[in-house]
Amino acid sequence: MTSPRPGGLGNAHRLPEEYEQLRRTVEEFAHDLVAPKIGEFYENHEFPYEIVREMGRMGLFGLPFPEEYGGMGGDYFALCLVLEELARVDSSVAITLEAGVSLGAMPIFRFGTEEQKREWLPRMCAGEVLGAFGLTEPECGSDAGGTRTTARLDEATDEWVINGSKCFITNSGTDITALVTVTAVTGRKPDGRPEISAIIVPSGTPGFTVAAPYSKVGWNASDTRELSFADVRVPAANLVGEAGRGYAQFLRILDEGRIAIAALATGLAQGCVDQSVSYANTRKAFGKPIGANQAIQFKIADMEMRAHTSRLTWRDAASRLVAGEPFKKEAALAKLYSSEIAVTNAREATQVHGGYGFMNEYPVARFWRDSKILEIGEGTSEVQRMLIARELGVPSN
Amino acid sequence: MSLRIVVCVKYVPDATGDRHFAEDLTTDRDAVDGLLSELDEYAVEQALQISEASDDAEITVVTVGPEEANKDGLRKALSMGADKGVHVVDDALHGSDVMGTSLVLAKAVEHVGYDLVVCGMASTDGTMGVLPALLAERLGVPQVTLLSEVAVADGQVTGRRDGDTATERLAASLPAVVSVTDQSGEARYPSFKGIMAAKKKPVEELQLSDLGIEADLVGLGGAWTAVDSADARPARTAGTIVKDEGEGGKQLAAFLAERKFI
Repeated sequence: MTSPRPGGLGNAHRLPEEYEQLRRTVEEFAHDLVAPKIGEFYENHEFPYEIVREMGRMGLFGLPFPEEYGGMGGDYFALCLVLEELARVDSSVAITLEAGVSLGAMPIFRFGTEEQKREWLPRMCAGEVLGAFGLTEPECGSDAGGTRTTARLDEATDEWVINGSKCFITNSGTDITALVTVTAVTGRKPDGRPEISAIIVPSGTPGFTVAAPYSKVGWNASDTRELSFADVRVPAANLVGEAGRGYAQFLRILDEGRIAIAALATGLAQGCVDQSVSYANTRKAFGKPIGANQAIQFKIADMEMRAHTSRLTWRDAASRLVAGEPFKKEAALAKLYSSEIAVTNAREATQVHGGYGFMNEYPVARFWRDSKILEIGEGTSEVQRMLIARELGVPSN
Repeated sequence: MSLRIVVCVKYVPDATGDRHFAEDLTTDRDAVDGLLSELDEYAVEQALQISEASDDAEITVVTVGPEEANKDGLRKALSMGADKGVHVVDDALHGSDVMGTSLVLAKAVEHVGYDLVVCGMASTDGTMGVLPALLAERLGVPQVTLLSEVAVADGQVTGRRDGDTATERLAASLPAVVSVTDQSGEARYPSFKGIMAAKKKPVEELQLSDLGIEADLVGLGGAWTAVDSADARPARTAGTIVKDEGEGGKQLAAFLAERKFI
């Protein structure tokens, strides 16, 4: 996956023209189609199928994939750009795209066999079906090496037999979910550590149960489920990549995903600015718009400063990624910074809105509820700090 | 033989921006960003659908406008899926009214060659809506305007026009000019693939002399209309609030009658 731009994106502080057009197109889409409808989906905890279908038509799910698999021939930077614009309006829609691309299609594109790519990617790129990635388990989150789900190869039938459970899995239970790629222990290494592999489990496979949606604090229009596997049998050919490479594979997926979450968090932070500016200009108190008060102006200026800085961090990390340069530290920095300032901006934007900010009908209420998870998902803030320190050569224990 | 579709589009100031007139009372293009008129996106969409339903069609987007009309107007139509563009740009065009614009468009459309010309129902800045009729007249071909549904088959264009009191089904033999309304179907969003492809699509730049048009027929000097003066719209004032104490209905009726709404 290389950038469609010869010579790469440069420092990407200024967008090339075609990226700017993509950004504007999605900004318009989010404003015209997502903003008027998402509040109701969110309130009813419904998955926004019609919005996802439109995103599929626009090719957003195929952005970073080559045209031969039904993709748009773009890159990861383009995906992040789109995530930021969507999250300016709504994070549920953005995370649905993020998970669909980064966690659903990307492992298959990056590590799958040619047959797996031809079978799944075209429909995933069109947004007709969604894939999910089953990594987190009830007793292992950040410590992904502690996976308990097992997969045993039954040589008589040439099938994997999977047992275990997964939790907090995005896009795993929608009507259009086609598969979950599951990480499972497939053996032991000579040093006794578990050997982890990734295996595709199509939806509807006997023994694979998808629980009812969680009741979440935020991201209420996105689909998040607990999954269980009881003697689930899938063909041996459903292995994604090499046996025993599952751990290394998902680390790469997580590194990339961090940049995507950073872009999404930046969008939320920018959405807080957008909403606050508009409210500060229209809401009057003591005979003047509240924006005339320096206390509000300073809040908004600080929010903009954080959102802008956050944008530079993800664009830097994404530019490195598409240029094929090391980006681990920059991705961790971007994810850590943007998620923390997203929470700050959401808190401040709610404050600007006063009592109305506490009402669910205002977008900032959604932003507030959606912000906290950003410091947790795709590696907690603590894990990011650990990674950054490790990249700096600080001794790890 | 290939069906040649020409879509006429306009580059307009963003209606959400703070629009002004310049000193000569023409549109101040520098004051706000410009974009492809939203009503013309419907025309591009219908052209694309006709093209997709046909075995062999080619869509050319034509615009008359300033330098930026290419990058910010034509390119959008090309990224939606049109095949090529024609941009008539000439300093002498500054201040043209619909008579001048329709003349230039007619020459440009003839230059391209056409079976069907598709226009939006009106521009989002001038909102006159007469250009399609003028264009058909200048080209000497049938016009079927304000369609909410349009299709091409067997050398004919057919469509539906929804009026206040009746729905008409209309047909004309090709070549013809049609205009489509904002009820004809939502315009597609360009995909990234479309945006990337648009960069490589040809846009022919033409000047008035290339089309054999005398400069004095267009521009401010050649305009049939002139703007004498323009004032900014006064700020909205607070409305009248009537408290209903049994007479609310009557007062509302009186209010509407006074303004000749009923």
